[in-house]
Amino acid sequence: MAGIIGYGAYIPRNRIKVEEIAKVWGADAPSYKKGLMLEEKAVPSPDQDTITMSVESARNALKRAGIDPREIGAVYVGSESHPYAVKPSGATLAEAINAVPAVHTADLEFACKAGSEGMFIALSLVQAGAVKYALAVGADTSQGAPGDALEYSAAAGAAAFLFGKEKPIAEALETFSFTTDTPDFWRREYMHYPQHGGRFTGDPAYFKHITGSAEGIMKKSGLKPADFAYVIFHQPNGKFPFRVGEMLGFEKKQIEPGWLVNKLGNTYSGSSPLGLTATLDIAAPGDLVLMVSYGSGAGSDSFVFRVTERIEEVRDRAPRTRAQLDGNKNYIEYGVYAKYRRKIRKAE
Amino acid sequence: MQSPARSWREIPQRYRLEAAKCARCGFICFPPRLICPECGAREFGPHKLAESGKVLTYTVIRVAPQPFCDQSPYAVGIAELDDGVRLTAQIVDCDPAALKVGMRVRIEFRKVSEEGEAGVIYYGYKLVPE
Repeated sequence: MAGIIGYGAYIPRNRIKVEEIAKVWGADAPSYKKGLMLEEKAVPSPDQDTITMSVESARNALKRAGIDPREIGAVYVGSESHPYAVKPSGATLAEAINAVPAVHTADLEFACKAGSEGMFIALSLVQAGAVKYALAVGADTSQGAPGDALEYSAAAGAAAFLFGKEKPIAEALETFSFTTDTPDFWRREYMHYPQHGGRFTGDPAYFKHITGSAEGIMKKSGLKPADFAYVIFHQPNGKFPFRVGEMLGFEKKQIEPGWLVNKLGNTYSGSSPLGLTATLDIAAPGDLVLMVSYGSGAGSDSFVFRVTERIEEVRDRAPRTRAQLDGNKNYIEYGVYAKYRRKIRKAE
Repeated sequence: MQSPARSWREIPQRYRLEAAKCARCGFICFPPRLICPECGAREFGPHKLAESGKVLTYTVIRVAPQPFCDQSPYAVGIAELDDGVRLTAQIVDCDPAALKVGMRVRIEFRKVSEEGEAGVIYYGYKLVPE
């Protein structure tokens, strides 16, 4: 059965604390920490972008899968921070992992669900028998306008999944997608920062689409919340995943292993995919795992995976996600962060 | 500054660390050469460089050339990779004051330079602490 044959995560080392951002803008750090359940977020180094993190996460996925990269027939990169407006991230990724030249590649964009979109397409191509292996990456160096609420959460990270039919570590049992035109968050061409609808990003956006997607896939597969060992929801802040989990009838302990946002921030296209990598790091054979992404604009992709015995064999071939999140951190001040993120206007 | 064409020619080395191993004496050339500098043979097999190694020596750049000004101070060093090949590269994600000879490093894929805001971005390898 088709499924995930390898997965990999990449989280940059720099971190900035909520207090450090709040003190610059005169905001109340404790209320952000309590209200959004955020403590710190990952920040890319100046020489890192969506492409470099995609390559590192894909290399980790390849180490776990142990396949010849030249047999990968499709490479998709989902992001809302592709370094070029015109020139594919996927081509550089495919070149760096030596999947070229017999490979189909495309860059995807759908706010925070571009990564799961790639997974959806990659899995479908493998299921259809069009390619032997397909790679999907969700990666972002998210933009948050200085002083905006998003600045406390917009983070950086990447997760990569290789799909194939032979020796899956997690079989894909079902997929479902839920999409409507909902203007909760957007960024127009040539704009540096996105805009959002404030509280409108909640009920009619995140909650409606995630519950619609999760209920749809459970109906389609005949499964109920108690059947799943773990569930991963998109994580724009710490609170939303737990609240939507409660609405759907999931317990905290099903959510917690893949809940990274308090220390990681919102990695946009990498958010729920990174949660899935952290969950696969600890899942046992036979476990059912539900992943539900969310992308503003708006839509949600969901997947039901069943973990196989092969997980034990491959998971320590590459660094685990929480080891990257908790180890070797470098805390930076707001000034350094502003420089790294090119928020300082310099002479031409 | 490099040209897009030059950077494109170097992709196998910059992205994938593709070297050539002399079929006669085993010497590894990075980048590949036509003639082995050790034994003069012209036959080579493919070799992919090891991804980790240790710092042999380094220097800290405090007065950087224009495109790298924003990064100073930064370290450039020579690492001896686990396959014995010595590789010169920038050492990043590390306070230069904390660098030590003998320290374990590994290769990561990074932006090496870019032609301003509108030009081509050049990618390649750098060293980071393991």
